[in-house]
Order: sequence, then structure tokens, then C-alpha cells
Amino acid sequence: MTDLTSLTLAEARKGLAAKTFTSLELTDAHLNAIEAARVLNAFVMETPDQARAMAREADARIAKGDGGPLAGIPLGIKDLFATKGVRTTACSKILGNFVPTYESTVTSQLWRDGAVMLGKLNNDEFAMGSSNETSCFGPVGNPWRRDGSNTTLVPGGSSGGSASAVAALLCMGATATDTGGSIRQPAAFTATVGIKPTYGRCSRWGVVAFASSLDQAGPIARSVRDSAMLLRSMAGHDPKDTTSVDIAVPDYEAAIGKSVKGMKIGIPKEYRLDGMPAEIEKLWSEGAAWLKAAGAELVEVSLPHTKYALPAYYIVAPAEASSNLARYDGVRYGLREQGKNIIELYENTRAEGFGAEVRRRVMIGTYVLSAGYYDAYYLRAQKVRTLIKKDFEDCFAKGVNAILTPATPSAAFGVGEKGGADPVEMYLNDIFTVTVNMAGLPGIAVPAGKDAQGLPLGLQLIGRPFDEETLFSLGEVIEQAAGRFTPARWW
Amino acid sequence: MSTATHKLLKGATGDWEMVIGMEIHAQVTSNSKLFSGASTAFGGEPNSHVSLVDAAMPGMLPVINEECVRQAVRTGLGLNAKINLRSVFDRKNYFYPDSPQGYQISQYKSPVVGEGEVLVELDGGRSVTVGIERLHLEQDAGKMLHDQSPTMSYVDLNRSGVALMEIVSKPDIRDAEQAKAYVTKLRSILRYLGTCDGDMEKGSLRADVNVSVRKPGGPLGTRCEIKNMNSITFIGQAIEYEARRQIEILEDGGEIDQETRLYDPNKGETRSMRSKEEAHDYRYFPDPDLLPLEFSQSFVDELKADLPELPDQKKTRFVVDFGLSAYDASVLVAERESAVFYETVLDKLGNRARDGKMAANWVINELFGRLNKEGRDITGSPVNAEQLAAIIDLIGEGTISGKIAKDLFEIVWQEGGDPRALVESRGMKQVTDLSAIEKVVDDIIAANPDKAAQVKDKPQSLGWFVGQVMKASGGKANPQSVNDLLKSKLGI
Repeated sequence: MTDLTSLTLAEARKGLAAKTFTSLELTDAHLNAIEAARVLNAFVMETPDQARAMAREADARIAKGDGGPLAGIPLGIKDLFATKGVRTTACSKILGNFVPTYESTVTSQLWRDGAVMLGKLNNDEFAMGSSNETSCFGPVGNPWRRDGSNTTLVPGGSSGGSASAVAALLCMGATATDTGGSIRQPAAFTATVGIKPTYGRCSRWGVVAFASSLDQAGPIARSVRDSAMLLRSMAGHDPKDTTSVDIAVPDYEAAIGKSVKGMKIGIPKEYRLDGMPAEIEKLWSEGAAWLKAAGAELVEVSLPHTKYALPAYYIVAPAEASSNLARYDGVRYGLREQGKNIIELYENTRAEGFGAEVRRRVMIGTYVLSAGYYDAYYLRAQKVRTLIKKDFEDCFAKGVNAILTPATPSAAFGVGEKGGADPVEMYLNDIFTVTVNMAGLPGIAVPAGKDAQGLPLGLQLIGRPFDEETLFSLGEVIEQAAGRFTPARWW
Repeated sequence: MSTATHKLLKGATGDWEMVIGMEIHAQVTSNSKLFSGASTAFGGEPNSHVSLVDAAMPGMLPVINEECVRQAVRTGLGLNAKINLRSVFDRKNYFYPDSPQGYQISQYKSPVVGEGEVLVELDGGRSVTVGIERLHLEQDAGKMLHDQSPTMSYVDLNRSGVALMEIVSKPDIRDAEQAKAYVTKLRSILRYLGTCDGDMEKGSLRADVNVSVRKPGGPLGTRCEIKNMNSITFIGQAIEYEARRQIEILEDGGEIDQETRLYDPNKGETRSMRSKEEAHDYRYFPDPDLLPLEFSQSFVDELKADLPELPDQKKTRFVVDFGLSAYDASVLVAERESAVFYETVLDKLGNRARDGKMAANWVINELFGRLNKEGRDITGSPVNAEQLAAIIDLIGEGTISGKIAKDLFEIVWQEGGDPRALVESRGMKQVTDLSAIEKVVDDIIAANPDKAAQVKDKPQSLGWFVGQVMKASGGKANPQSVNDLLKSKLGI
């Protein structure tokens, strides 16, 4: 039998339906792969017993002919999603051994559709980071290495565990979340496909909050089709999240292979950064050429407020985070470090429980919301946000169907290489992705090529609100043209 | 604002005027909390009414309880206030164990209800209009339990997340009497509306009182806020104390520190809780978990159409329809239960137009008097509205005299029973049979020839004869018939 872990989700679904193999076999293959890949540190919690139980149940359902759309498909779950009875930490010490009594809406929909949980995936602490180095469980290794090098590279972040596990064939797909690029940047660093849907498309209920107005769940998968299949199960209106939108979830898979002829693709001139590596430039042109060859029309567009997006993002996101993380106080659950009085208990708990990056953002957020600074920072950043949103609206109003940009300004970098002295160096990773969160739009990262050192690079497509389908259609065109990329196994 | 005279405080340098504003926190009457489905029932075991949202578990999100919004709008309508069709929930950030989220969801810049006003009646027919600045919805906090362990404090989150309406007045209140009357009136309106039970002992209604003093008509002074008052009497005491404290400082050449103070009812004084420097920076910002609260004018109109009659309207109706004095009408409408009782009596009366006013007198004087004497409230009255209506019917139709009615009331109070049947069985019927009364009159005149002779010169001594006849008839003679007969027999 061929290695079951090398199948795409779509292929595995076929095999399961044809009873070529069982979900239990598929699950075991992945559990073995996980065990053999512990050096990557992608999983922070493996749940083999639960996985096998869910696989058996899926096999029974498939046998009865009522397997759901994801019946028997083994997935990894980012540790930001609350999983009932399974430790959920957001990869922060402050949550300790917190075990939720509830299941996030997104994961419960995956289980409803028959998926199997292999375990919980590493991420940057509270999803704050672009390299997965801020996790309390330590960094995640990227399955990709530079040609001829043994240096361990980061898989990006914050969904680094998700991207690494999918790229290393440890799971058929993974849940992820994206607040400023946390799905798309790691997808680009690992040659996987990641889509951040429109804000409101997936419920945030049961997902540990980072920045509520920007956070959105989405999948990381091995192909565009796989990501479409996963998103279909993850998306949907949830009365428990009033920011989720009550719009029917389309059959995203039907968009795969749909003609893109006549579609207008915007190329935003402001994304052409000074000193942008030539290979990123080349990749971008190539991507545009592929879309043109498929019948799309390319137009130069302007998103004039792009340069303000990153600074504004680093005001809005920490502001919300400083408030969202106030609940981790050592009083009700998670870590508690005693003190002489309640203030000391707070101080000791939060100093011990939060890592440096989280502390930094809590402090930035507290600062920008404080009396006397609110108008100059938070309010102004919100105004910038409105302008960024309007840039996109103007662009779409001119008939543009989607916008093509690079996903990241560079390929994956080494563990410990960036942000040590200057956190802004790390923040710059999100330069192409944050605008999308600020505007609440859908964005997909698709592998498009490699750099000179053999590392994968991705392109990003930005769509109209709730038009994920167009992104899947266009993403498929890029995937077909660029081919799929699999890392050589070294672990 | 009307210009009712108010109390000035005498100081060494002359008169001082108090300027008072209030923030009332009224717990919204609803089955579940403002943003979660947990019960709002009072008095459950600690932490028995706590949902995942109330405990601020990771990833939990608030969902607005629409009934609480309706209650806030009803209250706004009852305060003649502007209803804002769009308002925003903000986070008020602070750390305390009774606030599990680390912030309170409140409304800061855009409250659901804007400006309104309340007419406040004072003694002697005076009244004052107090402006309402705003009303907003917010979450209540949990309760700290400091007496459960020698080394730790515990927290009960049952109340955490229960909906509160914060009703902010303008600084239109000028003395303790007005302040007390304002709280009383506001409480009454809330209870009529059914939007807050007004139970101050249980903490359903609490007030923060802002007090400053100034020379009459002069510029506003620096204010102090007295927090968390849950008794109308204490509010009055605290204001008096606080105003005198401030006057003393100012007259000694000092300055008032803007601060938050607490009132100690045992010592009868306010003391500092925290200074302006120690005040929290709440870092308010719009709650990104909640969309702005928006509803249509028709939503408001529907609530308006279903609004119950409020005390001011009811008072006017009592005055116009039943000829009650403004004072009596105010007494009846002050408490919703009293008004309901009176109106039930009215419903049961045989002739409302004729006896409505008498019914008011009976409810206020006989019933309230007796209830007060025994320290009972109207809901525990031994005489129900139907019984009282029957007694009044009996007076109105001339079956018993007012005096007999009082005896009858006493019997019903003590023993219960149908007043009409009691009158029959105990022979309490008024004697209207003229021949029977005539005999008694004749007997009395015959027995008192001297007095009968004098009465022509001293007509006021007729009363003595009336009394004698009534006494001889056991109070059952119709007083008007007795009067008429005596006059004709005595030739006056």
C-alpha cells in the first residue's frame, strides 16, 4: 500500500469511500508519522486514543453510508481552539493544564462532518508571533530546509504547528487562525495552502481570543481543493458569536476548476516595496502571468493607505489583546502564582504566565488605550482602518474581482534569526497580510515557487467580502501552474 | 427645572447651597443575564448561576439579551427620555476578582437612552423636575466573600453579568429631601414599569451620590462621590453629613479634594475611599465582540404602546375622575401595590363615581393607618380590596353609618368574612325606619326637658341630642334622619 499520509484530503476521501483503506488505517498512518516527527515539535498534545475512537466511529458511519463530508479524515487542531476534555493552552504557560468543558464551534462542526482529531498543534503564544518562537512549548521546526543546509527554519506563525504538520504529512489538514497573517504567512513558508476567510465567516466561539475584531479561523491544507473542503465544514453562522454572519455557506469545492476567464485581477502598486527581493518580484510576475494565461485580465490598482496598515495594526491588535487577556488573572483557572494580596497575585501570575512578546503587546495595548493617548493612537488607528477598508472597496467597485500580492516579503528564516533585538523586524513579516485583516476580507496563500535556496514562496489573493469562491478558483489556477511542493524528509 | 424652595445650610460665612447629582444602578428585571443565559435568581448557592461566559472562560463571547434591551427602552420611555436607536457597548477595563473578564461591558460614549426628566413631588404640594442625563446598560459584578476562610477571599459570581441600568441624573438636586424624593420617585417608576424590583435591601437599587456645595447661585464647587448607597434614609443622612463636612473645610480656608467616599451608617459619617489620583484609568473602548446595538423606531413604538400607566398619569386620573386631592392621589400612587389595591377597590365598588373619593379616604386613613400601626405592608393586608369595597358600598348605599363601618372594618380585619353577611348576621344595619328612630328621639327629649328648652337659644347643643340618640340606638340610627327629626321636634 502506498504511504497513506502522502494523499491529499480529496484523494483520501475517495479511498475511504471506495473502502480502499479505512479511517483507522489512515489515522494510524498519521499517528505513526507524528511519532516519527516529534523533533518538529508541531504537536503539543497527541490524542491517539481519541483519534482511533473517532476513526472507528467514522468507519462505522462510512460503512452505513452516512459518513459526513470529512468522514474519517485525520486533522490537527491549533491549540487556540477549545477542545472538550482535551488540554487547551493557546501555548501559554498561563493556561497551565486548562481543560475546557466545551468544544469550539469550528471544531465541533468538523467532528459533526466526521473528521478525526489527531491532537493539538503548536502556535505562537496566544497567536502573537510570526515564527512560532513565542510558544511556551518551544519553537516548531519547518520541514523545509535551505538546500544543503541543516539549519532549522521557522514555519512562520502564529499557526506554525498547523503549517509544519500539514507540510510534513502529519495530518491531512489543520485548523488555524489568522489575526494579521497567521494562516497565510506560515502556509507560504511551508508550501501549504492557507485561507483566512472573510471576518464573520467562521464562528469565534471557543477560540481563545487575541484581537476580536481581526481574529478569524481558517484551514491550512495540502491543496486548494482540500482547503475548500475544510472551510466548508468550518464556516457558518453561529448565534453564540454575534459577529458571525448569517449567510449560507456555499459548496466551495464547486469553485475549483471554474473558469477565471474575464476576471479582473488587481496588482496593487503600493505592494511593490523598496528593496523587495528580486525573486519575490519574479514570483509575483509569474503568478500574474499564469492568471493572464487562464483568461484573467490584469489591472494595476492603488491601495494608497497600505503603508499605514502595519503601524495601525500594531495599535488595534495589542489594544484588543490587552483587554482580552485580562481574564488570565490566576483567579479562576490556569496558572496561579500566590502573592501577599490580590494585586501581587495578579502581578506574579501574569509575570510568570505570559511570555515576553505577550507582555510587550499587553503593555502596548494598555498604553494606547490609556487616558490622554487613546485619541492619538487607538482612535487614529481605527480611522486608518476605515481608510484601508475604503481603499479595497474603491478597488472592488471598479470591477476588480481579486487582488494578487506576494504572501510574504521573504522565505522562511532560521530559528532565532529575526526579532531578537528589534521586534519590528519580526512584525514586518506581516506587511502583505495585515491589510486583509484590517479590512475584514478573505485572503488565500498558495504555494507558487521556490527561492534560490530551495525554500517555498507563496502568493496571496485577496477577495471581495464573502467571495471565497473566487479565491479558490484563482488559487487553483496558480496551483496547477506552479505544481505542488513536498519537502524532503530529514526528520 | 422648577424652582421649588430648597434647604440651605447655615455656615459661619452665611448660607450654602448643595448641588447633588445621582447615579442610580437598577438591576434589570429579567430571567437571564445581560450577555449570557444564566439565571438571575437571587439567593442561589454561591456560583450556582454562572455560565461559561460569566466565568470568562477562554474563547467565550457575549450575546446580548434582547429582553434587557426592551427593559432599558421601557425605562427610558418612562423617564420621558430620548431613545437612541443606535448605541455602543464598551469595555471598562479594571482588575478585580468580582469582574472575571477583567473588564465590565458597559456603554460609555453612546448610551441606549439619552436625556429625560422626572417630576419629583415634595411635601406641601411642592415639586421639582430633575433632569436625566442618560441611561445605559452594563454588567453587574460578582460578590466577594471575605469571611469564608482565614487566609483567602472567595468570590460568588451569581450576580456577575446580571444586567444593570445606570441612570444618571443631572446635578439638579438641591438638598437631601429632594434627593430622597428623587430616589423614591425613580424607584416607583421602575416598579410600575416592571423593569426593576427596586429592592434596595437585596441591592437591586443602589445609588452613587455626587455632592458639592456653593454659595447660592455661585459657581459649582468640587464634588465628592458617595458610593454604593442602598437605603433612602442613609442617602439623606450622608448628603447632610457630606455637605457640612465640605462647608467646614471651605470655611476653614481649605479645598475640597475630588474623591470617592463611603458612608458609614453606624458612625453617621462619610470617609475617603480613594482620591482622584488613585482613580482608575478604565481604558474604555468599543467591545469588539459585540456589534453596535441597533433597533428600529417601530420597536420603540411597540414598547411605548404597551407601557403601563405610570404614577404621574395615574395621579392625574385619580384627581380628575374621582375628585381626590392631589395629596391623596400622590399617596395612593407612590407605591404600585397601593395604587393597584385602590384600583381593585374601585373595580369592585357598586358606584364608583359616588364612592371613589370615600374609597380613597378609607384606603389611606383606615387601611394604611392600621397597616402602619402593625408594621405590615399592603400585600399582607388582612382586609382585601373586595372586602373593603363591600364596606364602602354599605356606607354609600346608607346601610351602615361611617361609625359602624369602622367597627365592621375591625371585625373583618380580625376575623375575616363577607362584610355584607356580617352586617346581616350581627344586626349592624343602620335604622332608617323613621318610626323607630322617632320613638327614641321622643324618649330623649322627654327625659331632658331643661336641655330641650335651652336648645332654641343654643342651637349648638343639638349635637348633644344627636349623640344621645345615636348612643341609644347603638350607632345604628341614620345620623341624617336623627338630625332632621330632632330639629323638627325641638322646633329649630
